Amino acid sequence: MDILYFAWLRERVGVPREELETQAATVAELVAELVAREPRYATAFSDPSVLRVALDQELAGFDAPLAGVREVAFFPPMTGG
Amino acid sequence: MGAEMDGLPNFDPEGRYGRHLILPEIGPEGQTRLGRASVLVIGTGGLGAPVLLYLAAAGVGRLGFADDDVVSLSNLQRQVLHSTPRVGDLKTHSARDRLADLNPEIRLEPHALRVSAENIGALLEGHDLVIDCTDTLPARHLINRACVAAGVPLLSGAIAQWEGQIGLYHPASGGPCYACVFPEPEAPPPVQSKGVVGALPGVVGARMALEAIKFPTGAGARLKGKLWMVDTLWNAERLMVTRPRANCPVCGGKGGSC
Repeated sequence: MDILYFAWLRERVGVPREELETQAATVAELVAELVAREPRYATAFSDPSVLRVALDQELAGFDAPLAGVREVAFFPPMTGG
Repeated sequence: MGAEMDGLPNFDPEGRYGRHLILPEIGPEGQTRLGRASVLVIGTGGLGAPVLLYLAAAGVGRLGFADDDVVSLSNLQRQVLHSTPRVGDLKTHSARDRLADLNPEIRLEPHALRVSAENIGALLEGHDLVIDCTDTLPARHLINRACVAAGVPLLSGAIAQWEGQIGLYHPASGGPCYACVFPEPEAPPPVQSKGVVGALPGVVGARMALEAIKFPTGAGARLKGKLWMVDTLWNAERLMVTRPRANCPVCGGKGGSC
């Protein structure tokens, strides 16, 4: 599964994208798995309520199932103008 | 020339809008619609600069723009609408002069103010499209609320460092509002560096101007129900599908599918 990170999330995780083998059944489980991996993920996902997620380029909720999903993109609202 | 003042373009193929007139998706009819369009741009900084330059050049008949800021030297690395001799001047004055030079045949309406809950209703009045080029999340939500209340379509774009986002929100004609996609946060979002590569607002702002040109002309597909995201540092680009959010406190999530 490909995981994409945008804006300050990318900054905190340190990479724009990575490939991951996961058994996580939902987005929330995937986030919990990432957070447990390394402190940089814990920092990045410290407040998931400010983040959005898209599964195969469709906006989804954190409770959405990951079965069959090839790409998960995490992004915050950008605010600069 | 006289016809252009009435919002009707000069149909001379070598005239100002000649390259639009020979484009099948715009043509004389689309150019006439652009001439009759009334667009409000909020924020005349990084994104506002290319948006205003290209919309003025394209012959949008009535172009309003609001900002209470003054031009500073550190703006000029990316806010190419403004110029060194105008440092210290109101951005709306600097913008008005530059845009009038570029296209004296359109109506320019500068508003030297910061949008607020008190003034935004009157500001939006009579506009067919609002373009959000502001630089704070509270301003973005304020503009969204006002656009939903007035039923006016909102083209909202934002940048951060090397990345950008654009969406078109118009629940009155289906699809989500800005708050369906980005709910208003309970706590302020993390502070992000204000660093931004100079050409980024050019990329994102020109794309916004292009969507705004497609809007009245009806050319191609609109960005409604879509969120375009670009990461120019790592060359990633995505077009996300977005939907109305059930019980959205701003629009009620009743926009339906697009």
